[in-house]
Amino acid sequence: MDVKWAALGQVLVVGLAVSVVVMVVFSLGAMALSARQTVRETGSGGTGALAAATLCFAACAAVVLYGIYLIVPQFH
Amino acid sequence: MEHVTFLVVVVIITALAFDFTNGFHDTANAMATSIATGALRPKVAVAISAVLNLVGAFLSVEVAKTISGGIVDDHLVTPAMVFAGLIGAILWNLLTWLLGLPSSSSHALFGGLIGAVWVGAGVQGVHFGTVLQKIVIPAVASPLIAGFVAMTATYLAYTITARARHDSVTRTFRFGQIASASLVSLAHGTNDAQKTMGVITLTLISTGALASGSAPPLWVIAAAGLAIALGTYLGGWRIIRTMGKGLTEIESPQGFAAEASATTVILASSHLGFALSTTQVVSGAILGTGLGRRLARVRWNVAGRMALAWLLTLPAAAAVGAVAAAVATTGTLGVTVAAVVAIAAAAGLYAAARRDPVHAGNVNEVPAEPQPVAA
Repeated sequence: MDVKWAALGQVLVVGLAVSVVVMVVFSLGAMALSARQTVRETGSGGTGALAAATLCFAACAAVVLYGIYLIVPQFH
Repeated sequence: MEHVTFLVVVVIITALAFDFTNGFHDTANAMATSIATGALRPKVAVAISAVLNLVGAFLSVEVAKTISGGIVDDHLVTPAMVFAGLIGAILWNLLTWLLGLPSSSSHALFGGLIGAVWVGAGVQGVHFGTVLQKIVIPAVASPLIAGFVAMTATYLAYTITARARHDSVTRTFRFGQIASASLVSLAHGTNDAQKTMGVITLTLISTGALASGSAPPLWVIAAAGLAIALGTYLGGWRIIRTMGKGLTEIESPQGFAAEASATTVILASSHLGFALSTTQVVSGAILGTGLGRRLARVRWNVAGRMALAWLLTLPAAAAVGAVAAAVATTGTLGVTVAAVVAIAAAAGLYAAARRDPVHAGNVNEVPAEPQPVAA
């Protein structure tokens, strides 16, 4: 019997690394949106927060696109 | 197609029925957390999942080269054994659905085939080393890996957003949930519909209706895709309730953490050459996300029943597959008898479910506990 422990270890490492990065970036985006909402309730502004949020969600969207690329066999 | 016999027609219909239960059973994997947190309304969630499963079925191009992936000796497998194995898988899927327990449809299919081949061709037809390597070890590893990843992701999400406004964060994470749940659905369609296509195509090849090495004909792809999509749309609400509400209370950051972790682990596993069961990955991720949020309660009795169902999936489907094979391999009469008994059993399980229906309207109501277990 040949169990591919190395492959299993890789799944853990890659799965953990990608999930952590996506989670941190998405959470930062959520923080930025929340901050913008607070700022806008007291006046105007919050453009910087909006830009930060957009950047974070764009990064997450890129990961989703890469996921679609991996799922769809026609792409590779 | 003059080679298409009564038995082949029965195998095709049974394979599509299995495909239907597969979609039905696995809707929860993609959509349970989104339905539980209100990111998607129940009917919308299953509709999105169904469409993506259908799309996924048409995208998958790689035909299964073997029916069982080496778990049984494919040279010994006859259409009657495939039929018996499918019956074992379908009945186990329906029983676990009745009990609201997520269990792997692939493991049920492999179990059914193992039982059928054991009886039909002898114990030497079953490759137990491959069973250990491809089923037992991944079954233990999947929930542990996914659970650990989701727990870490959940902890990070709550730590980072601790000072943010709760309503704003909840809304944002709901959007994330929709994206991650959709990815799981698409991946499911490319993987699971393809299994049924493989079974049908290989059966047609074995009887000479198709040339060896043929790709699945368009009608096979369309039928398999529609069967899994229809199953997904009708939604196994009983299992959705267990995964969304039964295991732990899920907030939207947790739903996103669970589904994003599960997606990553599933894609990593299929591309790094260590296939894991989607059902077990998602269940593990939901448990992990329950552990990752402080004060969230994990109902270990539900988790325990789920683990028991996983343990029993292979032997139980194998037992049904073995009995069905003993009858079905005797000839046309045997196949007819096995089919009639299987339909009656399926109808009985459906009738039992009707006494306590779970549907889109009450899927988010937590059942009173401790829930009486019928089996």
